[in-house]
Amino acid sequence: MISIDLNLFATLRSFLPDAPKTMTVSQGTCVMDLVTKFGIPEEDVKLIFINGKRELLSYVLKDNDRVGIFPPVGGG
Amino acid sequence: MKTPVLPRYARNFQSISLEEQERLASARVCVVGLGGLGGGVVEMLARIGVGSLDLVDGDCFDETNLNRQLFSSEKDLGVPKAHVARKRVGAINSTVNVNVFNTFLNRRNAQEIMGHAQVVVDCLDSISHRFLLQELAQTRNIPLVSGAIAGTAGQVTVIYPGDPGFKLIYGDPYDNKSSGIEEQLGNLAHCALLVASLQSSEVIKVLLGRGEVLQNRLLVCDLMTNSFEVMQLV
Repeated sequence: MISIDLNLFATLRSFLPDAPKTMTVSQGTCVMDLVTKFGIPEEDVKLIFINGKRELLSYVLKDNDRVGIFPPVGGG
Repeated sequence: MKTPVLPRYARNFQSISLEEQERLASARVCVVGLGGLGGGVVEMLARIGVGSLDLVDGDCFDETNLNRQLFSSEKDLGVPKAHVARKRVGAINSTVNVNVFNTFLNRRNAQEIMGHAQVVVDCLDSISHRFLLQELAQTRNIPLVSGAIAGTAGQVTVIYPGDPGFKLIYGDPYDNKSSGIEEQLGNLAHCALLVASLQSSEVIKVLLGRGEVLQNRLLVCDLMTNSFEVMQLV
């Protein structure tokens, strides 16, 4: 198992109200697995940041990764 | 232009040098969208002393703008935003050259509207129009300072010609709804003006060529959790 910090932003916070949250996941877990696990609609996931750097849904998590997931923001 | 010695800029010094103030006075910036973000950006650029502003919006103010849009007021409901913006800039700083366009930017009018600017500021409220604006700015070799808001969340980035830009933020331009989560969360005054401040700061840094610019990076903030982070896009 590995430990990660997951933070969901804006509307996505409703899927994990006490985010940011430290959790353990199994080796080989990718970001898409997290999205599925928390029931987040894939079309609402626009940006994924791992340790402050943009990554894709297919990114395989490593121990102590900080994961941030953002919905699309377009208002003015 | 020799206006920077005016006492109105006394409090800009020493954060901005006289030479830099002169550079701002000779600068020309195009602000696209004069709503929640655009009103704040125009107000700040006029006050700091950007010499020429090209201001674009085809909308008129309505009652739903009053909660956040700096240039909206009860007496100006129904009045074109571009006309109110011209009046406001004139009242703040009559040394600023103002060109207003009471229309929406498109491929046909883009050269006339933004072709003279050193920086374009994206204060639009739709994702699809942001992709068009990026294309229009990049084909003219003009840096684009972009801001977007939804509820208490906001983001700012700077896109130079040749940068991947919005596709790293929103994905495929043909696979996007025109709006984001602002449809659910609305837009709040304090968040709009915060992001407008961050955009204004990026404009000034680009014009002066100093400081850390958010090129290929995205500043994301959420006022509900007081989180501010700068993310690396590439």
